[in-house]
Amino acid sequence: MAFINGIGIISPQKTVESKEFPAAVMEYTADYLKCIEPVYRSYIDPIQSRRMSRLIKMGITAAKISLADAACRMPDAIITGTGLGSVEDTEKILGEITKEERFLNPTPFIQSTYNTISSQVAINLKCHNYNSTYVHRTFSFESGLTDALMLMEEGMASDVLVGAIDEMTLNHLQITRRIGQWKMEPVNNLQLLDYGTPGALAGEGAAFFLLGAEKSLSTYAQVKGVKTSFNLNGSFKPSTILPSFLDMNDLTTKDIDLVLLGLNGDSENDPVYLQFANHFFPGKPLGWYKHLCGEYHTATGFGLYAAANILKHQHYPEVLQLNTINPSRLKNILIYNHYRNVNHSMILIQACS
Amino acid sequence: MEELIEKLKKEVIEQLNLEETKPEDINPDSPLFGEGLGLDSIDALELIVLLEKNYGIKIEDPKDGKKIFYSIRTMAEYITEHKK
Amino acid sequence: MAQRIFVTGTGIISCLGNNLRENLTSLLDSKSGIGRIHHIDTLLKEELLVGEVPLSQEELFTLAHIVPAEGYSRNALLGIIAAKEAGAHAGLTEHRELKTGLISATTVGGMDQCELYYLDFLTNDTRNAYIDSYDSGESTEKIASALGISDFITTISTACSSAANALMLGARMIRTGRLDRVLAGGCESLTKFHLNGFNALKILDKEPSKPFDERRAGINLGEGAAYLVLESEESMKKTGNQPLCELIGWGNACEAFHQTASSPEGTGAYLAIKKALEISGLHPEDIDYINAHGTGTDNNDLSEGKAIEKLFGERVPYISSTKPFTGHTTSAAGSTEAILSILCLQHQVIWPNLNFEIPIGELHFSPVKNLITDQLVNIVMSNSFGFGGNDTSLIFRKVY
Repeated sequence: MAFINGIGIISPQKTVESKEFPAAVMEYTADYLKCIEPVYRSYIDPIQSRRMSRLIKMGITAAKISLADAACRMPDAIITGTGLGSVEDTEKILGEITKEERFLNPTPFIQSTYNTISSQVAINLKCHNYNSTYVHRTFSFESGLTDALMLMEEGMASDVLVGAIDEMTLNHLQITRRIGQWKMEPVNNLQLLDYGTPGALAGEGAAFFLLGAEKSLSTYAQVKGVKTSFNLNGSFKPSTILPSFLDMNDLTTKDIDLVLLGLNGDSENDPVYLQFANHFFPGKPLGWYKHLCGEYHTATGFGLYAAANILKHQHYPEVLQLNTINPSRLKNILIYNHYRNVNHSMILIQACS
Repeated sequence: MEELIEKLKKEVIEQLNLEETKPEDINPDSPLFGEGLGLDSIDALELIVLLEKNYGIKIEDPKDGKKIFYSIRTMAEYITEHKK
Repeated sequence: MAQRIFVTGTGIISCLGNNLRENLTSLLDSKSGIGRIHHIDTLLKEELLVGEVPLSQEELFTLAHIVPAEGYSRNALLGIIAAKEAGAHAGLTEHRELKTGLISATTVGGMDQCELYYLDFLTNDTRNAYIDSYDSGESTEKIASALGISDFITTISTACSSAANALMLGARMIRTGRLDRVLAGGCESLTKFHLNGFNALKILDKEPSKPFDERRAGINLGEGAAYLVLESEESMKKTGNQPLCELIGWGNACEAFHQTASSPEGTGAYLAIKKALEISGLHPEDIDYINAHGTGTDNNDLSEGKAIEKLFGERVPYISSTKPFTGHTTSAAGSTEAILSILCLQHQVIWPNLNFEIPIGELHFSPVKNLITDQLVNIVMSNSFGFGGNDTSLIFRKVY
């Protein structure tokens, strides 16, 4: 269990310039949802940032905003989850070495290593503490959260910075469209569920959370538990996994006030969510968020940002509502996500009274 | 030589992404590393790539970079001497 | 009392051999696996020395007992081979009631195939089966599928300390009661991608690498995979496995100094080793042997050496880098060297630091020059440090 004491998030919504929740809703008709980036010089010294690619600047900035939000100067650990790391740098190298293997710049290689965000945040803060990076598709951020919860249980840390960060590029969009990941044409994000076609709307984002062992003045909510499950040949049985996950946190499905689903507009993947919700949470309020941030490996970072704010402000914005059922209270939120029905994950978050 | 120095200033700014620096800010005799522009070992490697790509000059041992990249002028002198 | 963590299975493939026994034989013969590149089409072929696993993709499929199919990277196949050996050793496919996890480490993932087909990815549909190996979760999921592991899987990437962090996470997940047993380690295949990347950093030695030597001139990269099965005491009661040794200490710290360089005084290394000692409850003088990170670069060996001198003072234990044997297998180095260190406990030997001649002027110690067979080896430390200053140290103890 850990308290969310600070959040910094760069997303396709105006989440940096506005502390309001929700920030004014941005409507796009696009191939993918791109982040609204801040002016980085207010966060990073230009001499330091001169070599940094976009993802790294987003990461350091979101990390710094979350630390300031929590009034924390030095975390006891820095953990990042990223499905793809710096795609831009990886593509630069691939472009070079498939043409000719000469004149390769060292900088893209250094930045293409996945741990570059965690380590750059550490360099920026001069933080010598625990530092790690998880790079497993839609388990990346959840693995980071799990690690953070363990560090607190072990008494090894009380303030842990955990990030969820991924970027999209046009090349990568084009490549992964080949395997049916994304819609083949630009779509309107606010009407995402109306298309009924295969493929999701891609997105990107950088969300950092300062998790604390103690509640503070800035606390949003508390993360009660995280569960990931690899669906090997149909081994994922929600009917056993969900109740035992809730039970470990002394809850049942009845105690869940709102379920945030990872619907992404993909007609082949969305039914998994609806089956799950109809089976375990009939008549319950259901919400979603990926129309605001797009789909990416660490999109649950945006989901956690949304859930934490719903609980803090005790306000469930209309733009997130999937059905018309109003929650009778806002105490326990379950964030449920899956990727191709293979990588299933759940995050349980509770209001602080 | 002066022409090469002006050209090099622009190339160095571009190669190292020194967005905040203008060619006239760089004194051709001031040290590039340490206090000066705040460059480090990765910048030195980037300058090695610059010499190879733009001037066909190969530097095998990065330690040689220290002398060559002392200032824009030492770079220009090295290029004039070694250009094929 | 805190849950104890035992190692009950090991599996390894490297340029020294395709399994544990072959690796052991090469080590006992002081026979390095470093040589020329044969399986990658690169301009650097004639220039560089590497520790390559001398098997083609087809031969790897056979060794992995996998029917050749599209979509398998060399990285995943190396991983499956080592993971299956460790799994078989510890009976991992039995006792399904035990909560079992896979924590795998990689840095360039399936880039070995992506770099071959990248232009196809951009222009046509012929190589779509390999697109998934672009992200590093793919090799882990291939391994998990091959071994039937589903309770918990994840992938760690902290550059060259990745596999050491996988072992550390595995130990912590058992200790916090999340899992009963864990298959943890790392895999990495050589790629044009990182051969060129390291080459651009000018830290590759064109001769056999010489860690801790005054004349050291850089790294020989290597490839391979190594996995360990970690189990709790309760789990061992059910599986009936005998412990190979105990994992008693782990420490992770960050240099926070520079993207690629280690600090001159080795702050990160010092802190990682110190934390590992604290977790184990041991004193520096209890360590019998240090398997150093020892890459052979100017910077690493001096920085690591300084950190070790700061902690161990004038009584530096026997120390060697085994990278002149295996090459630097980057994300697989942590688990490869963990297994090599455990072999020291099992066979009461200490591996030599091949190619060493002249001590580093700024350091007061020298690494082990020849195989040692007449010393008691009870406790060993294995260091793994990565770019970005991700430093991790592990401590293993013999079980009597």
